Amino acid sequence: MNAWMKVLVALAAVGVGASAICGAENAPSAILIRNATILTVSHGTIEKGDVLIKDGKIAAVGTSVKAPADAQVIDAAGQFVTPGIIDCHSHIAVDGSVNEGSVSVSSMVNIADVVNSDDIAIFRDLAGGVTTANVLHGSANAIGGQTLVIKLRWGQPPDKLPFEGAKPGIKFALGENPKRSNFRTPGTPDRYPATRMGVEETIRGAFTEAKDYKKSWDDYNKRVAAGEKNVIPPQRSLKLDPLVEVLEGKRYVHAHCYREDEILMLLRVAKEYGFKVQTFQHVLEGYKVADEIAAAGTGASTFSDWWAYKVEAYDAIPYNAALMTQRGVLVSINSDDAAEATHLNQEAAKSMLYGGMSHDDALKMVTLNPAIQLGIDKRVGSIDVGKDADLVIYNHDPMSAYAVVQKTLIDGRVYFDRNKEIAGRGALEQEKKDLLAKAKKAAEKEKKPDEADEKKGEKKPEEKKPEEKPKPPHVEDERGGAK
Amino acid sequence: MRVLAAGVAYGAWAAMSFAQTATSADYAIAHAKIFTLVSAPIEDGTVVIHDGKIAAVGANLSVPAGVNVIDAKGLQVYPGLFDPITQMGLSEIAAVRGTVDTTETGPFNPDAVAATAVFPSSTHIPVTRAAGITEVMAVPASGGFDSGGASSLVGGQASVFYLAGWTMDDMAIRRNAAMVIDWPQIETQSFDVSTFTRKEKPYTDAKKEYDKQVEQLADYFEQARHYAQVLDKAGSVSFERDVKLEAMAPVVRGEMPVLVFADRARDIRDAVEFCDKQKVRMILAGGEEAGKVKDLLRSKSVAVILRPTLGQPAEEDDAYDRLMTQPSELEAAGVKFAFGSFDNSFARRLGQQAGNAVAHGLGYEEALKAVTLYPAQILGLDGQLGTIENGKVASLIVTTGDPLELTTEIKYLFIKGQLTSTNNRQKDLYQKFAGRPKTGH
Repeated sequence: MNAWMKVLVALAAVGVGASAICGAENAPSAILIRNATILTVSHGTIEKGDVLIKDGKIAAVGTSVKAPADAQVIDAAGQFVTPGIIDCHSHIAVDGSVNEGSVSVSSMVNIADVVNSDDIAIFRDLAGGVTTANVLHGSANAIGGQTLVIKLRWGQPPDKLPFEGAKPGIKFALGENPKRSNFRTPGTPDRYPATRMGVEETIRGAFTEAKDYKKSWDDYNKRVAAGEKNVIPPQRSLKLDPLVEVLEGKRYVHAHCYREDEILMLLRVAKEYGFKVQTFQHVLEGYKVADEIAAAGTGASTFSDWWAYKVEAYDAIPYNAALMTQRGVLVSINSDDAAEATHLNQEAAKSMLYGGMSHDDALKMVTLNPAIQLGIDKRVGSIDVGKDADLVIYNHDPMSAYAVVQKTLIDGRVYFDRNKEIAGRGALEQEKKDLLAKAKKAAEKEKKPDEADEKKGEKKPEEKKPEEKPKPPHVEDERGGAK
Repeated sequence: MRVLAAGVAYGAWAAMSFAQTATSADYAIAHAKIFTLVSAPIEDGTVVIHDGKIAAVGANLSVPAGVNVIDAKGLQVYPGLFDPITQMGLSEIAAVRGTVDTTETGPFNPDAVAATAVFPSSTHIPVTRAAGITEVMAVPASGGFDSGGASSLVGGQASVFYLAGWTMDDMAIRRNAAMVIDWPQIETQSFDVSTFTRKEKPYTDAKKEYDKQVEQLADYFEQARHYAQVLDKAGSVSFERDVKLEAMAPVVRGEMPVLVFADRARDIRDAVEFCDKQKVRMILAGGEEAGKVKDLLRSKSVAVILRPTLGQPAEEDDAYDRLMTQPSELEAAGVKFAFGSFDNSFARRLGQQAGNAVAHGLGYEEALKAVTLYPAQILGLDGQLGTIENGKVASLIVTTGDPLELTTEIKYLFIKGQLTSTNNRQKDLYQKFAGRPKTGH
């Protein structure tokens, strides 16, 4: 490692280190947020209300709440408090590619194995009020990898991110992506499936196998339980284990889909094999078959106003969320994208325009509804006594383009504080400058012996390969000139 | 729709020479709060539209018989929004090659004119219109997903048009509004859309490539300048025609601005220096790091069309809100800028982009102007567009409130004085499926 690289590593750590200051602080045992407009989501709005947090949980909600003498007080007069934003479709905090795209059934791989707690997207989404994210495998495969619900505890190590006790999931994908309509993994041959017919058969094939596999294990366990000796166990399949969990209701299916026909297809297949689809993801044509989705008890997690980026998104309408809600589907608005996640509150608000949704129902689509969809609504999703103190403080009604997150709390700890963040920028800039100066100095030192060599003429000119001399790289370019 | 034929006797109207010619195509929007963007908002005001133009605006105006009156009590009137960077009509479905005409092959395409390939029946047009956008510029080679990863140095000519009309002849405002230059980048990493993979390259190689491209660009301008000189002497000298270089002539003569796509500070610096040297008028497009070179931009009077504020800064250690605070920073530095969607399907987020900049310190009126007047000014079209003033084209919107807010509805929309539908395919699909009989599954 040369001096420049060392500095670059150090520089990369600056952003992480400084922003993690909030996270590193120990949470006071009690916090009182005072005088705010509290949007509880579950039981209306409390004007000039207070929220008391004790040991990471919401201890009281109301007006004139009494707090212990040692409670840290946050005066939020004129501000709005909401439950933390929950993003039901995220790809942040993943180390490397989100797609194991070499096979059509990649149920053996798990997002939980590749959590990257240093991903800057965690911090940026946190600054946008997101406290919980459903981190999904990509959509390249009919049956994709296992998924993980995390809390955005920025500054904590990878093993502190998973949402304790949240049911694990698995990604399914229908339509253009699994049939590889728009792109192909380079260097790989065409892959089955190439049609929506093939996507269905890939899923049916996998579950047929999974049922046989389950039966062989059930038989084995029965024989062992009956006291039979020397029974040979069936061979473990890392691919089929998660599908058995789906059949047993221990793992949620989150199915990426677009068109009405493929939505009904998966509901038929699920019925045939006896599992439940927990959520349809994207589900941009969900509004066409909303009754069927509602009847299956499946949730829908969709975009606000994305459309036309591919054929299966051409009938997408921004009224989708409102129309599905009117038809009795439990709907959430998701991001699928680190940048989009930073303003999910605004994306939810668009349903008030497109389809006339109420203010409170719109807010539900990024708080309580995704919590229910992920089976974590006993813990998060609304401001109720006993729930985790995952809260956002906005300077304005969050259903507006003018709302800016002031603080984000997770488990009663302030993980993002806009004022502190802004106040810390000067020091961060100085630290960066100092490191750069140090690096330049180090680079000059490294350079000097070479120059001395040249002067002495110890080497013949033709032996020198100036183009191979390590030049100090331009800092900007070393760290992602990607557009 | 509450459009009533007026029976009101005329007052101020009578002074106007065309009073007698008032037709059924004329409108008066009455009792509205009017944001003219020239002076303070007018409470309970009236806008009179005659022959496609704004004929009168003010409080206590009366209107002549025969004019359609829209009672806009409780509503607000603004100039229509102007999205200065889109691929409108050039791309229908980004992933379907056959519907995409954004980017030509090869490095030099100055003769490619956007207006030639804008599809007037594009579904995107009425969808975008419903968000209050009345004019756009379609920009070839403007990058993004729709380009399929292709890029060129001189991308072609951007065209400004109204989002209404039967053909481009009806719609066009200026076919040859700006010459697109896709400024080279030192790309040590690139994302290949066709294979969905990230490619890496050593810095020295990338820099060499960059320098070569900048040199190519300079050579091309030099050729164009020589060609233009020959053109000026046409008749006295014989020469071989070159349609590409001919298209460059207005650029090197300084008649057509160049719209330079650049985001990184060092690229912007190089581009400004280049345009200065070439003596061409530069408009910066993108400008993710424009704030880092704001003094240079101001001193050279380079205006910026900013890419969406709702994005992520390129550098990991950039302030998380840098793209949203940058507009206010540019405002304070006196740099003229407009907002652009840089897209088709997200064009309707234009107001939201501006609103978010207001939330991060940009003056409200400045934000409003940055989606109406400033794009018109930057493109030299403010003589006809951008404000509600007598004599300007009647391109305006009647809304339930603030057009930068997420929940504001566009009630009426006028383009060239014509009341234009805000209906679209998405609303039709909504109506259709809202009416689906309840199924008993």
